[in-house]
Amino acid sequence: MRNPDTILEVDDLRVYYATPQGDVKACDGVSFDVRAGEILGLVGESGSGKSTATGGVLRTISSPGRIVSGRVVLDSDDILEYNDEQMRRLRWSKLALIPQGAMNSLNPTMTISAQIADVIETHEGRQDEDALRERILELFRRVGLPGRIYSMYPHELSGGMKQRACIAMSIALDPILIVADEATSALDVVVQRVVAQTMLKIKRELNVSFIMIGHDMGLMAQVVDRLAVMYSGQLLEIAGVEDMFESPAHPYSEILIDSVPTLTERKSMRINEGITHDPRNPPSGCIFRLRCPFAMAACAETRPPMVEVRPDQLVACHLWKKTEDGSYVRQSV
Amino acid sequence: MSDNLFDIRNVSKIYGAEDTGLVALSDYSFEIPAEPARIITIAGESGSGKSTLGELLLRSSPPTRGEILFQGVDIWKFNEAQKREYYRHVQAVFQDPFGVYNPFYRIRHVFDMVVKNYRLATSKQAARDLAEEALNAVGLRGDDVLPKYPHQLSGGQRQRIMIARATMLKPRFIVADEPVSMVDASLRASILDVMMNLRDEYGISFLYVTHDLSTAYQIGDQILLLYQGTVAEHGNAVDVISNPQHPYVQLLIESVPKPDPHDPWPGEVELPAEESFRTASAKGCRFFQRCPKRLSRCETESPERYDVGPGGHQAACFLYEP
Repeated sequence: MRNPDTILEVDDLRVYYATPQGDVKACDGVSFDVRAGEILGLVGESGSGKSTATGGVLRTISSPGRIVSGRVVLDSDDILEYNDEQMRRLRWSKLALIPQGAMNSLNPTMTISAQIADVIETHEGRQDEDALRERILELFRRVGLPGRIYSMYPHELSGGMKQRACIAMSIALDPILIVADEATSALDVVVQRVVAQTMLKIKRELNVSFIMIGHDMGLMAQVVDRLAVMYSGQLLEIAGVEDMFESPAHPYSEILIDSVPTLTERKSMRINEGITHDPRNPPSGCIFRLRCPFAMAACAETRPPMVEVRPDQLVACHLWKKTEDGSYVRQSV
Repeated sequence: MSDNLFDIRNVSKIYGAEDTGLVALSDYSFEIPAEPARIITIAGESGSGKSTLGELLLRSSPPTRGEILFQGVDIWKFNEAQKREYYRHVQAVFQDPFGVYNPFYRIRHVFDMVVKNYRLATSKQAARDLAEEALNAVGLRGDDVLPKYPHQLSGGQRQRIMIARATMLKPRFIVADEPVSMVDASLRASILDVMMNLRDEYGISFLYVTHDLSTAYQIGDQILLLYQGTVAEHGNAVDVISNPQHPYVQLLIESVPKPDPHDPWPGEVELPAEESFRTASAKGCRFFQRCPKRLSRCETESPERYDVGPGGHQAACFLYEP
């Protein structure tokens, strides 16, 4: 079952937030893997648990949130067992983050290069000044930034340049996995395209893997290799991006893909509002059943397990039934 | 009385001093006819000046030059009674459906305030009926939402309630500034559908300010694409988006990510090294530095808008000079 290229394996990860009315299961039994040199997209609406799931991977969950259970295996080590010092060494060097609103995550009182130098020297100790400068300029080149920004402060750069500076920082220590949390969502389409193309170039040249969190299905189609769809803390489907767009297996994936407006065909838009449940009081059985156009009696009873309905396409939905020869077919309702 | 709802005549908006300030809108003229109702999209990247036009029409700030006439009267020469009357006809819906509500009040309060301010009803029942009618127009029911608090509703519902509030006054025109950009993709369609319905059933025109060309394409009748305070291209939304002529608009439309893994972006693009600043004294086409088709004259001369297709399709680019 385990893919030989797997670099990160997340197994039944649960992250809960405590509230006076009880726990909110923001990440409720999520399992997926990331393979060498791929971009895995993680989509879902706001509050679906995308950032919480990757927060569990990076161990950046803070109170009132807590990691309840699960395994996050990186290089055959379960990093949920790591102590703080082990975790500190791991961050940036193996696991890097391009945070949400990365452009505002830069320190306004330090030059871009000083911030990158900081990352390098914290992990590798004091560096030779010229070598360090060369190394930072090389990082700038990789992400398409001009060398003259070396001594500039964040406010002197445009949004797209700051975003690329954050990518430069994330690759400074040659990580194996970069989590990009909505890395392009505040940018204009042309700038977004430039940043996304920078990520693709980095992936190709350095063979680094990305988890790209976002909600723009168009952007996902352009950038990711595989796509995982989350809804209210649970993973509903994970598949190669082409399979996902050609034949989504989960009704929610289908709705997400159908509701992308295109520039080629003026069509009536698919409206699916339905009931959004209170996250402290999720419905029994399938988490999506209150909004699902195909909900059946079975959906209220048990949570559907993740099953592989086509090669490398996993879905959690009761519509899929196992046949005698072991393959899965989707029931028509 | 003019036949037009709005006549926008040579309007410029400059922030800062008139010669060195930042041009948000440059010498812009446009007419919005009273009939038929239409959705006019203003699109462009951040800082292109797209919100500025909406603000000018809402009287949030006066134009630096030029005039804006509403039904033939300059909106900056209104007396108090006219101002009050103006906002009966011209309403606004803003970007953030979370920030516009007071979290301490129930949804009912939003509607009660409009009734009170404009004395729309003489009895509680009449007020309730008005709220019900406005909510029905956006596909909601009073019993479901009026007793609730804002946090109990989804972003899509809250935004539709804001539209319902605006429609209660039976306005002619609604400025909708990025009404769907903070709402989840799967819920956007319901808001856009409401806007089209209000146009068709209630004769309300919209100024739809957005950076999202795909929704503009889906619902817009006309579109204006701004680049750094100037109109790069305008015309019928379908014509402009399916057949863009201005090099900037071509780049913009080609960059919208297509929801098809088999249809990737064509080639790589680069951004200009410097972010160009646009002071009022700057000359030439604003897109000069980034333009793949630039001519030497573009650096010093500003192009007018030239006809490039039927239905008033125009582009501000010397490539199309007759």
